[in-house]
Amino acid sequence: MSDASINASTIREDEASFGDYFALLKPRVMSLVVFTALVGLLAAPVGVHPLIGFAAILFIAIGGGASGALNMWYDADIDRVMKRTKSRPVPAGKVQAGEALALGLALSGFSVVMLALATNIAAGAMLAFTIFFYVVIYTMWLKRSTPQNIVIGGAAGAFPPVIGWIAATGTMSVEPWLMFALTFMWTPPHFWALALFMRSDYDDAGVPMLTVTHGRRATRIHILVYTVLLAVLALGTAFSGIGGPVYLSVSLVLNALFLHGAWKISWRDEADSESDNFQVERAFFKLSLLYLFLHFGAILAEAVLKVYGLGGWA
Amino acid sequence: MSLRKTHELHQRRFGRNLGVALVLAGFIALMFGLTIVKVSEGGFEPPHQGDGS
Repeated sequence: MSDASINASTIREDEASFGDYFALLKPRVMSLVVFTALVGLLAAPVGVHPLIGFAAILFIAIGGGASGALNMWYDADIDRVMKRTKSRPVPAGKVQAGEALALGLALSGFSVVMLALATNIAAGAMLAFTIFFYVVIYTMWLKRSTPQNIVIGGAAGAFPPVIGWIAATGTMSVEPWLMFALTFMWTPPHFWALALFMRSDYDDAGVPMLTVTHGRRATRIHILVYTVLLAVLALGTAFSGIGGPVYLSVSLVLNALFLHGAWKISWRDEADSESDNFQVERAFFKLSLLYLFLHFGAILAEAVLKVYGLGGWA
Repeated sequence: MSLRKTHELHQRRFGRNLGVALVLAGFIALMFGLTIVKVSEGGFEPPHQGDGS
């Protein structure tokens, strides 16, 4: 047998490509992690060498990707049922569940150690905690047992700006936790809007989403309540060390739009929603993506303006 | 069974190997750069004697 031959019995026509392994890292979620961690790093009042900053963001992104791979390993049974996730590499049969586990564990260890070496041990420890929180607390435990799964899962996605800040400063203060709270409070209305128009997905998978356990009416009210709390928090952040006039202007407009959307959602009944194929809910979901992106963009803008003696309230 | 060298499976495997190679090369370059930065910023300096720690 020469090395160019292939044993017909071992050929897997659906053998994974490099892209399939990359898809295990949930690149779209990773982009949010990269952006918020970058804002956390740049908003910190300490200058970081660009290469160290780049390395920090890269290792935070790899840590986020690793938890995505571990999530795909554990949730393969749910992903197989849901329309939105059944083409992921594990349920599609391109990557074995064990491979996803191995890749996730290896990259978790790698990213934590490398972040600690490139920046400081506190940042590495925070990344380790984030991975643990997302994989063990959220994926393995709470996702399948409580309708508040999204609220708690949101915390895992909210940690990156805190890690970015610690990577820059080595210490903790209130500002990164305001960024944490912003993402944390934003996640429930964002996902519940998705659950309203992807209705059969979560039901089929048996995931206790609020829409399934407490009904769609309660979900609409929850969206409104969380949006009001989020608006208070987002506007309050304008008067902290990371806020300023630019942030306040952006936040006022976005929160007015977001509250208007949540108000409309809370007053709609199912017949209205079905008649226009959940137009209001879909628009709210799209706006939520812009909402988070522009809030963090405004925090970044304030940080950049400070370099030129502008930005902030001073 | 004979397979031409350009079988689609070979291409996919080559793509995978190339991907791993590029990731490793990038990692080496990053480690080199980080080392230069850390050394020039004094990150690897041993603590001075008599610092009280």
